[in-house]
Amino acid sequence: MKILCLIRQVPDAEAKVKTKASKMDFDGTTMALDGMDEYGVEQALRINEGGANTIAVALGSNRFEDAIRRALAMGIERAIHIETDTIFDVVSQAKILKAVVLEENPDIVFVGGQHADTDSQALGAALAEALEWNQITWTTELTLDNNQAKATHDVDDGKESLELTLPAIITTQQGLNEPRYPTLPNIMKAKKKELKKTTPAEYGISTSKVQIVAQEIQERARLNKLIDGKDPIAAAEQLIKLLHEEAKVI
Amino acid sequence: MILVQCEFDTKLKKSALELLGAAQKLGGDITAVLLGTGAGAVATEAAQYANQVLVCEDALLEPYTAKTFAKAIADLAEQAEATIVLLAGSRGGRELAPRVAVRLDAAYLEDATNIERIEGGLRIQHYAFLARVTETLEATAPIVVCSVKPNTQAIAETRAAGEIYEVELELTASGVNILGRIQEKTTRVALTEASLVVTGGRGLGSPENFALIEGLADVIGAGVGATRAAVDAGWRPYGEQVGQTGKTVQPNAYIAVGVSGAVQHLSGMGKSKNIIAINKDPEAPIFKVADYGIIGDLHTIMPALIDAAKKLRD
Ligand SMILES: Cc1cc2nc3c(=O)[nH]c(=O)nc-3n(C[C@H](O)[C@H](O)[C@H](O)COP(=O)(O)OP(=O)(O)OC[C@H]3O[C@@H](n4cnc5c(N)ncnc54)[C@H](O)[C@@H]3O)c2cc1C
Ligand SMILES: Nc1ncnc2c1ncn2[C@@H]1O[C@H](COP(=O)(O)O)[C@@H](O)[C@H]1O
Repeated sequence: MKILCLIRQVPDAEAKVKTKASKMDFDGTTMALDGMDEYGVEQALRINEGGANTIAVALGSNRFEDAIRRALAMGIERAIHIETDTIFDVVSQAKILKAVVLEENPDIVFVGGQHADTDSQALGAALAEALEWNQITWTTELTLDNNQAKATHDVDDGKESLELTLPAIITTQQGLNEPRYPTLPNIMKAKKKELKKTTPAEYGISTSKVQIVAQEIQERARLNKLIDGKDPIAAAEQLIKLLHEEAKVI
Repeated sequence: MILVQCEFDTKLKKSALELLGAAQKLGGDITAVLLGTGAGAVATEAAQYANQVLVCEDALLEPYTAKTFAKAIADLAEQAEATIVLLAGSRGGRELAPRVAVRLDAAYLEDATNIERIEGGLRIQHYAFLARVTETLEATAPIVVCSVKPNTQAIAETRAAGEIYEVELELTASGVNILGRIQEKTTRVALTEASLVVTGGRGLGSPENFALIEGLADVIGAGVGATRAAVDAGWRPYGEQVGQTGKTVQPNAYIAVGVSGAVQHLSGMGKSKNIIAINKDPEAPIFKVADYGIIGDLHTIMPALIDAAKKLRD
């Protein structure tokens, strides 16, 4: 089975994000492989033990190389980096990635269920449509039997189980597996693995249909009225009084 | 022409009323689309809000698959010469909308909290970077597809009834075989629509202790939420999870009990109007975003809080 994993580099979840002149400023922000994509990388390595026939694909700036090296250190065999500083809309991304998928011809493409930078859930579905494939989103369980996939995934009001014939796009999330940590020997090996560089222009795409006009951090000022709970009854009564009379929420 | 894909069960869902409300605010002709079994039964209701209603109950629309629905909506958008297509920002809507956008080679805007027209397209706002950042995006294109975040739009107003048309579509089977669906039913108010939410985290220590969460929720009429830690431990169903990989909520008051306040959790509830935390650790990050809180052991605080809330209610 051949497996392709789409990955991206995002601010580490614990890192503080900041803006400068209404645009994100990543200077000094720790970046990491998107946690949601890690589940796809892990699943690929479980399906193809040893990492044979697994490929990581990233579409983004030169800084994405760190995320790519991480995926390679986890065990992915080789990688393709479509390098660009443009943040493309998802329909354009799907066009570029469709070309890559058609070149590589995998059975499964894993994509993170929601990305920690754009907060977007769209890429898996968009790529599936571009390829006219089926998709399984928010997958929590996956079993394969030759080219048949059986899966359980989350839907709005519960869970759904389904089966389909590969190829398919599968979007990943927590619950699917526990991603591994790269071992030191594998980190060393990763440095020598194949990393092919290309650009969106090679796939005929150069402009985005969507423009980012502004990015702002809007933190609501919080009151921070904290009560010491040593006397639970008095503390509870004081809190209920505040919620009733001041916040007027109960 | 604005095309609105409406979700329904026996009536239009609130998300559909919100989309129609957003379409009315944008201005211009509105086409409501109703797809699948039972579509005909809600057509008259939808006609109150739109200039025309397109109804299709093709057997291939049942059970729902994103691929078949996307083709249906894209075909109707082309026939109706839509320039804007609106879909719900529900989980289902957000796997459907990008497919529609690709079929129409449109620009796609996702999970908008605010939408306005600009020359030749739309400007929206949405959250990014785990909801820590608000982005303003603009799309100018012949067709713009936009999914709209639930509970952000005023619901539609009734107008002179529009025309209802039954339409035929050329659909093909998706090839997906749905084996089963488990609906997570709750007798409580739906989490995403609740104006009050009480959430329990790992600090509860056991599934039994969630009686403290449910007890308070019952007294004040709140929805019940859980952190990923509580869900992963098997204490609570996934449908209650709040956060990056769970639900997004924005209630009047969010009461977090035994919850540390991890970024991934905050991304699902950080926009709540009031945040209240009960935690024994004064350094817990949740207190940094809290309006009110009690620093103390939830085992003694919660019973006292339930009593105090009962006193207020009675
Ligand atoms: C990709 C990814 C996605 C994620 N998505 C989500 C998500 O959607 N939702 C989510 O919630 N998390 C998510 N997480 C996990 C998140 O990082 C945290 O691990 C999780 O939110 C912690 O849950 P918690 O606050 O219940 O537990 P903990 O962090 O363990 O906190 C428990 C708190 O309870 C307090 N406590 C303990 N005992 C008592 C007591 N007796 N009285 C009072 N207080 C007490 C402690 O002081 C502590 O602050 C995600 C993580 C990743 C990597
Ligand atoms: N919509 C967006 N706005 C700003 N930055 C984004 C957006 N989408 C992705 N990115 C981030 O841009 C980063 C690359 O930054 P840089 O390496 O400075 O080009 C990625 O890691 C993403 O987190």
